[in-house]
Amino acid sequence: MTEKKLTKGNIALAEGAIQAGCRFYFGYPITPQNDIPEYLARNLPKHGGTFIPAESEIASINMVMGASASGKRAMTSSSGPGISLMQEGISYLAGSEMPAVIVNIMRCGPGLGGIAPTQGDYNQAVHGGGHGDYRNIVLAPGSVQEMFDLTIKAFELADRYRNPAMIIADAMIGQFQEPCRLTPERPVEFPEKSWALTGRRGRDPRLLKSLYLGDYEQEEHNLFLKQKYDEIQENEVMVEMQNLDDAELIIIAFGTPARVAKTAISLAREEGLRVGLIRPITLFPFPVNEIYEHSARAKNILVVEMNTGQMVRDVRIAAHKDAAIHFYGRPGGGFPFPDDVLGEIKKALGGGAR
Amino acid sequence: MNAIFKRPDSLKDTITHFCPGCTHGIAHRLIAETMDELGIADRTIGIPGVGCCVFLYNYFPIDVLEAPHGRAPACATGMKRAQPDKIIFAYQGDGDMAAIGTSEIIHAANRGENITVFFINNSVYGMTGGQMAPTTLLGQQTTTSPYGRDFKSEGYPIKMAEMLATLEGVAYSTRVALHSPKHVNQAKKAIRKAFEMQINEMGFSVVEMLSTCNTNWRVSPLEALKMLEREMIPYYPLGVFKERTGKDFL
Repeated sequence: MTEKKLTKGNIALAEGAIQAGCRFYFGYPITPQNDIPEYLARNLPKHGGTFIPAESEIASINMVMGASASGKRAMTSSSGPGISLMQEGISYLAGSEMPAVIVNIMRCGPGLGGIAPTQGDYNQAVHGGGHGDYRNIVLAPGSVQEMFDLTIKAFELADRYRNPAMIIADAMIGQFQEPCRLTPERPVEFPEKSWALTGRRGRDPRLLKSLYLGDYEQEEHNLFLKQKYDEIQENEVMVEMQNLDDAELIIIAFGTPARVAKTAISLAREEGLRVGLIRPITLFPFPVNEIYEHSARAKNILVVEMNTGQMVRDVRIAAHKDAAIHFYGRPGGGFPFPDDVLGEIKKALGGGAR
Repeated sequence: MNAIFKRPDSLKDTITHFCPGCTHGIAHRLIAETMDELGIADRTIGIPGVGCCVFLYNYFPIDVLEAPHGRAPACATGMKRAQPDKIIFAYQGDGDMAAIGTSEIIHAANRGENITVFFINNSVYGMTGGQMAPTTLLGQQTTTSPYGRDFKSEGYPIKMAEMLATLEGVAYSTRVALHSPKHVNQAKKAIRKAFEMQINEMGFSVVEMLSTCNTNWRVSPLEALKMLEREMIPYYPLGVFKERTGKDFL
């Protein structure tokens, strides 16, 4: 059970999808996520699954929609520009209440951008991306093991809430190798799908749609979705917290920057600086309560991201009013090394304004 | 008394939202009659595109998935691969299939997806108020080609049935018309053939139906039927452009 194998992040994710019962993958090539479709093209047929190299990301997400509407677990993966093309379909999935797992191994943008590790798509993933008033469930793995485990989790959450779930990871998490347990920690959940379109034999016809033209119908639908999002916020927050009890400064970071922060925190503690970590694992739902409680006491927050400042805005909303919030960002493939982060810690503790 | 004509079981007893004179209703009835005859309604899933056809679920008592504009063939692909034992049809208008959805229709056809697509060609975007479509005839005035479609600026009307017929994955591609009893009977046969292609796992089938949009053409329903005969058929010839007779593609 506990046997671990040296595994690449993208491969762990792809194997996680198979273990989660995903039997339908549709995608279009784009770096740095090509290991995922290539692994699934080889391995899905061995599990009786279907792999289609789609003509575009637009087609990919709509094929996912067709398989998902059939009650099957389906997934696509892409990066940057490809995820942008999928936004229409993701909005339809959310509006029509269909589960799906969408993976974004992020590219630097805007535009075609580069392929170095980056986190420029936080806002797109967490704050809509597509049109209309909806939320994605967003998971942010910070290790190869989490690429495997959170993929299974993504399918479970997507099904439980009938909502698209997105996994966003920087190319570092996607491309590096770590020892990884490639079996689920516990049995995978498979909820009943009493809404799936399987032909009306023996029951009334079913409908999956997102068009509401009657008076107040759309408002009613949106408020219903809001209730669901509130329930997700209430029940599904995942967060890693370290060294917070005595912390005078909290680093908040996800993905690779959180790993760098752990090293920087060790260096800081060797110098007697009391620094702790909050690592959101779910970006929606966001760990607002945890950030509020700990920032009320620690009074100093340093947000580290590989962008020019996206999650930091959500931290500002969540944090206690008296907490000073500092930001260190390296966009476009720039990398925050531990010494850089240590320097930022010292700057922040030397006094800084919110 | 013997009933000699009645509403098909696969058509709900409801008033449609279609304009008086619109031929969508005829297409709906023919599909419903065919589902009844083939006994497939309880295992058929319909996927309408966006436009006047979107309310398909109000008229057919079957499972329905509402697809994004132009994407019905991709949705149908995912659905048929997930449920090969079900009958999956898409129902698209000309804006949906011939403009925004050209990529999805061509590649679904080229993969030979074992699905059926009904294509309503009425030469305009109907639901949005009669704008120019890729199928609008040369010289035809619409709200966005107010001086008439000019090939120098807007290109030529696109012939979907002929174009799709060139793809190896296509089992059946035909164009019919809905403006006279004779043509309606021919259309019914084509719809049946298309469904049979899918039932027999022959591959992709498409039926293009020349239709009227008297509201946006700004003419009476009767005049619209005459216009279809007089102006559409000379440019969009009726006929079968591809028909697979055996599984010679295997």
